[in-house]
Amino acid sequence: MAQKVLMKGNEAIAEAAIRAGCRHYFGYPITPQTEIAAYMAKKMPKIGGVFLQAESEIASINMVYGAAAAGMRVMTSSSSPGISLKAEGLSYIAGSDVPALVVNVQRGGPGLGGIQPSQSDYFQATKGGGHGDYRMIVLAPASVQEMASLTIKGFELADKYLMTSMILADGTIGQMMEPISFEDTEIKTFEKPWALTGTKCARKHNVVNSLYLKPEELEVKNFERFERYKVVEENEAMWEEYMMEDAEYCVVAFGIASRVAKNAVVSARKEGIKVGLIRPITLWPFPKQALLEAADKVKGFVCVELNMGQMIEDVRLYTQCKKPVSLCCRCGGMIPSPEEVLESIRKAQKGEF
Amino acid sequence: MATVFEKPKSLANVPLHYCPGCPHGIIHRLVAEAIDELGIEGITIGVAPVGCAVMAYDYFNVDMIEAAHGRAPATATGIKRCRPENIVFTYQGDGDLASIGMAETVHAAARNENITVIFVNNAIYGMTGGQMAPTSLPGQVTQTSPYGRDVNHCGWPIKVCEMLSTLEGPEYITRVAVNNVKNVLNAKKAIKKAFQNQLEGKGFSLVEVVSACPTNWGMTPQQALRWVESDMLPYYPIGVYKDRTAAKEAAK
Amino acid sequence: MKTTQILIAGFGGQGVLFAGKFLAYKGLTENMQVSWLPSYGPEMRGGTANCSIVLSDSPVGSPIITSPDVLVAMNLPSLQKFVDTVVPGGQIFVDSTLIDMKVERDDVQVFYIPATQLAKDAGFSSLANMILTGKVLKESGAVPFEGNQQTLEAFIPAKKANLIDANLKALQIGYDY
Repeated sequence: MAQKVLMKGNEAIAEAAIRAGCRHYFGYPITPQTEIAAYMAKKMPKIGGVFLQAESEIASINMVYGAAAAGMRVMTSSSSPGISLKAEGLSYIAGSDVPALVVNVQRGGPGLGGIQPSQSDYFQATKGGGHGDYRMIVLAPASVQEMASLTIKGFELADKYLMTSMILADGTIGQMMEPISFEDTEIKTFEKPWALTGTKCARKHNVVNSLYLKPEELEVKNFERFERYKVVEENEAMWEEYMMEDAEYCVVAFGIASRVAKNAVVSARKEGIKVGLIRPITLWPFPKQALLEAADKVKGFVCVELNMGQMIEDVRLYTQCKKPVSLCCRCGGMIPSPEEVLESIRKAQKGEF
Repeated sequence: MATVFEKPKSLANVPLHYCPGCPHGIIHRLVAEAIDELGIEGITIGVAPVGCAVMAYDYFNVDMIEAAHGRAPATATGIKRCRPENIVFTYQGDGDLASIGMAETVHAAARNENITVIFVNNAIYGMTGGQMAPTSLPGQVTQTSPYGRDVNHCGWPIKVCEMLSTLEGPEYITRVAVNNVKNVLNAKKAIKKAFQNQLEGKGFSLVEVVSACPTNWGMTPQQALRWVESDMLPYYPIGVYKDRTAAKEAAK
Repeated sequence: MKTTQILIAGFGGQGVLFAGKFLAYKGLTENMQVSWLPSYGPEMRGGTANCSIVLSDSPVGSPIITSPDVLVAMNLPSLQKFVDTVVPGGQIFVDSTLIDMKVERDDVQVFYIPATQLAKDAGFSSLANMILTGKVLKESGAVPFEGNQQTLEAFIPAKKANLIDANLKALQIGYDY
């Protein structure tokens, strides 16, 4: 076991990215994720990498697009308002089938919103954000250790499926410190014959492009892309189940909300309420199967989120509305207390959803 | 029989989609000739814009990427920072470079990003059918300035070379034209120099090519070239606006 | 299962976050599960700052503390804001040089330590935070007092190693008070 060190979540992402072979970072300052940029600015020049502060989020995501097309493991990071600006590039990256890693350390919105933690970009991350038919792999860390492990995983999945992996974190996990160890895991790399390297006058020219003026061609491209997405959905969903063996009620929460929810589950168990927790680790692909199976076992669900109720739509969808789902939420940078979640669990037990 | 004229190797053997009389074909050729003559076709990566030249990725026989509207200098930055040993160029129009992409242009120049920018200024949005561009002249009639560009209402044209040359950053900022043989030959020299600068690691080189758009100007090709001479060039004078290396040598 | 939730609050610049980091590193040295969560944002520049530290022998659930076992108050607004959130049976540590207020609860243990004055007297006015922390270590039993040097060495950068001695002394002053 490697030695444990204390690290901020944001720093863990940066260190993990470097360990995953990322040598190019392009970003623009925004709270509460700036530690990632600061870490990269310090480390990259020492290891032959590139840190570049761009003139805007728009420029930084387009630098990522160029670097990804050049075949490099590349990333950018931002927080909610900045991710809206990056949406253009996310769509181009998806349409061009190049891999990238994008971190969103969420803060309250909409608009300039606030700087305190939030999960209100769930829709943006899992349903679109940019224009067009596309998906991103969305990973939701709930601890500093996962900030690191999911960053490494994110790079590998991005390369494997030629997609963007998004780390959907929040201000709390970004700012908090926890012990973390970097195992000497083998980093998977992938061949990139499509990359822009210069032809060396030895092959046909490579073109990275998302423009297809003939609708027949564009449709085929989209069909192909969604075949790939299907494979991702079948193979890459990740989730954690906690005290679900005999559960009669199921709390569903991701990221920091799942940490609060876990405390509430423990308290509820002490009161004799048989409740468990399902924590989606991938938000796309959503752990559909886990939710559907739970729907056949439990009497109802409590969805805990730091927004006005976004993931709850997927919980209802994938449990096929078989059981009632209630919402326990705070937003704008507020976080529900374990007591609030416990109260929602108690209500569920009384049949109040 | 001796070959006296052939297509540059860096131009793909495909028909171009440009309108009759459009100088994009000439400018493409000049870029391709420069690449061929410098022997860099195997290491060159091009960035196509959004605008009339959007499909340049099919025309240049080098590795190509299609950028989002205005973002070519940022995309080129990403590539060049990953592959400094490659030669990276962007090919952009006036709407792309001087309107939506102005921030990316200015900051790439300010960083003295070691890339080559070919900026085609024809004072109009061509691809979308002839709307007012940031470089449309005062009084110029376009689809979105049907009574002529009213500078009191929508401001003045932007002189890109004049503006960028005020920056410390860039190495080489020059304006050329392709409306007659002499100007075409000079344009070729400037474009080749802009690539040569990159090879030598000198930094950001931008060549503004004053071009024409007969279709959207509502003119014949001949009329359009005359209008370049009579109206465009007085407003956008040809010349070298910044050449750091030349200035240094002159100071010696 | 033993878990201690510690909330340290005061003005930005009083070393609130540093004291919290020290406790978190102590926990790490003791092989405990720990989390450290700072308040962040504009309040860090001169306004109020606080941080939450959870020290536990089992995995930490929420790092967000709503009912601390231990409150360290380094200014009046912080004491006023958090005094009622401390769990019954909990402990409150007050820098009595800066805070006149007396805690009116009788279900908590309160320690008044003139930490700012003690720090001044000892010649390192910026270490009231560590004097209070020394007292917390003694009274809370959350982590042992021993091994402070090892902990400080673990997270104070080498170029600031000259600060370790003063920190050790401040911890001792708090412990002995």
